[in-house]
Amino acid sequence: MKIAIASGKGGTGKTTLSTNLASYLSEKETVVLTDVDVEEPNSGLFIKGELVYEEDKFKMVPQWVEDKCTFCGICQKVCNFHAVIQLGKMIMVFPQLCHGCYACSELCPESALPMIPKKMGILRYYKNHQLHFTESRLDIGEEQAVPLIRQTKDYINNTFSEDAIRIYDSPPGTSCPVIEATKDTDFIILVTEPTPFGLHDLQLAVETMKELKKQFGVVINRDGIGNSNVTDYCKAENIPLLAKIPNDRRIAELYSQGKLIYKDIPEFRQELDKIIAYIKTLKINRQA
Amino acid sequence: MKEIVVISGKGGTGKTSLTASFAYLGGKDVIVADCDVDAADMHLLLEPDFEEQEDFYSGELAYIIQDQCIRCGKCLEVCRFGAIKNLFNTYQVDPLACEGCGYCARICPTNAIINKKPVAGKWFISNIKTGSIMVHAKLGIGADNSGKLVAKVKNEAKEIAEDEFKDFVIVDGSPGIGCPVVSSLSGASFVLMVTEPSVSGLHDLKRLYELIKKFGLKAGCIINKSDINQQITDEIETFLKEENILHIANLPYNEDFTKAMTVGQTIIEFSNGNLKKQITSAWEIIKNELK
Repeated sequence: MKIAIASGKGGTGKTTLSTNLASYLSEKETVVLTDVDVEEPNSGLFIKGELVYEEDKFKMVPQWVEDKCTFCGICQKVCNFHAVIQLGKMIMVFPQLCHGCYACSELCPESALPMIPKKMGILRYYKNHQLHFTESRLDIGEEQAVPLIRQTKDYINNTFSEDAIRIYDSPPGTSCPVIEATKDTDFIILVTEPTPFGLHDLQLAVETMKELKKQFGVVINRDGIGNSNVTDYCKAENIPLLAKIPNDRRIAELYSQGKLIYKDIPEFRQELDKIIAYIKTLKINRQA
Repeated sequence: MKEIVVISGKGGTGKTSLTASFAYLGGKDVIVADCDVDAADMHLLLEPDFEEQEDFYSGELAYIIQDQCIRCGKCLEVCRFGAIKNLFNTYQVDPLACEGCGYCARICPTNAIINKKPVAGKWFISNIKTGSIMVHAKLGIGADNSGKLVAKVKNEAKEIAEDEFKDFVIVDGSPGIGCPVVSSLSGASFVLMVTEPSVSGLHDLKRLYELIKKFGLKAGCIINKSDINQQITDEIETFLKEENILHIANLPYNEDFTKAMTVGQTIIEFSNGNLKKQITSAWEIIKNELK
């Protein structure tokens, strides 16, 4: 079972839900939590564990070998991302722009652009009893989150058993990083706020999930502020509303300190129970 | 003309509400650019009329002409993105996985693959209730190249500002530190970081500022919801001092942010209390800094 926790709008409570849900679930079963919001990974601020493994992550980019180059111009011509530019008697490579398609490297008739690894970030795996937590962080200045998200998911798929429940704390938005984070998951929980911004960005996220043909449900965070339009929208669109987390200053304060909420606030734990109950029905349906 | 870019690293810190408030305070002098093209919300506060709109084309998508395909499978071999699938001996492109590098089309022996330029979004020029103009956009679902759409919106806003002799362009950026953020930072006169005193807020602020330093840009910071955690507010203030970042204001937690948004107003229109005063003086500080 792979669950992604996502949202259109940032700051709606993805990390709060991911870390609390994973930690609470891990009291009874094995859970694999992964932070794939590689630009600003925050789950690690809430999950304490023992560092088991870390590794630098690389993407492959071309490197110019001057001696072999005949300045035929093919590399520049085949690069759709302007990552390889010919300037007089020099080939310049811009690794931040490179998508790693290998076209310049493999189509170079002189093999003058071999692909070499370039560090883009770091992956760390922590363990706390039955909770396995992995995060990847993108190096500052690296622009592309997608290759790191992809490699992080590969690591999870190769390292952990399929039996454990997997939770992915996803990046905000609706563009390529979100697609990469959610595309191979079984179910997506969209976290939103009951406000006009929350509703607007939820609608975008719902469109995205429909485009990906994904099953999804909604959790309203900070219920009580704003208005009822998000609830009305979910009803009208037949979207399962899994839980409503109350607007409570104590939650904001615990969060601000990097503490898990469910341990101190029973109302919050009840909402997690509702989400878990829903997830479990999904599991049964899938096996049936 | 000065360009102010408002960003936050972490989402949900009140960036858009503050940007809209500054736009309201600046009135006719401020051209607005909503560069959070992934989840643009500024239009919910500033009543744009969508006067002009244009499709935004970016990147390419491979498309296989089945009649010309000889099923050699070379495209699948070279694709590093797993975007070409072979289903019942028919090769197909998964448009969400295709990054548009064009490699497959270049090596196809029968020229059965063409590159289409898909509509990646729309952008708009609107008159807004502040008496000024806003440039904004909507990114297509799952579309790549949001960085390019950000650049488009920003450059369009700057051109308008220059043509009409406006003092400021104010840019609402997106969360994170990746390509849309890098794109919104380029050419900024001043970066306003909006943060909150939580472990995440501080963590994300530090990463964001590291990026801003790489660009050598002048920055200031507003700590929103500053009374949620006094200890971290103190830590943020120390960080600002150490890094020589202009500390503009501390705004206490206030539900007027949400209430104003619920009725489609900026905080300046909605609130009469202290919050309005504090945001107004923050705007004065920013303007002074840019003189």
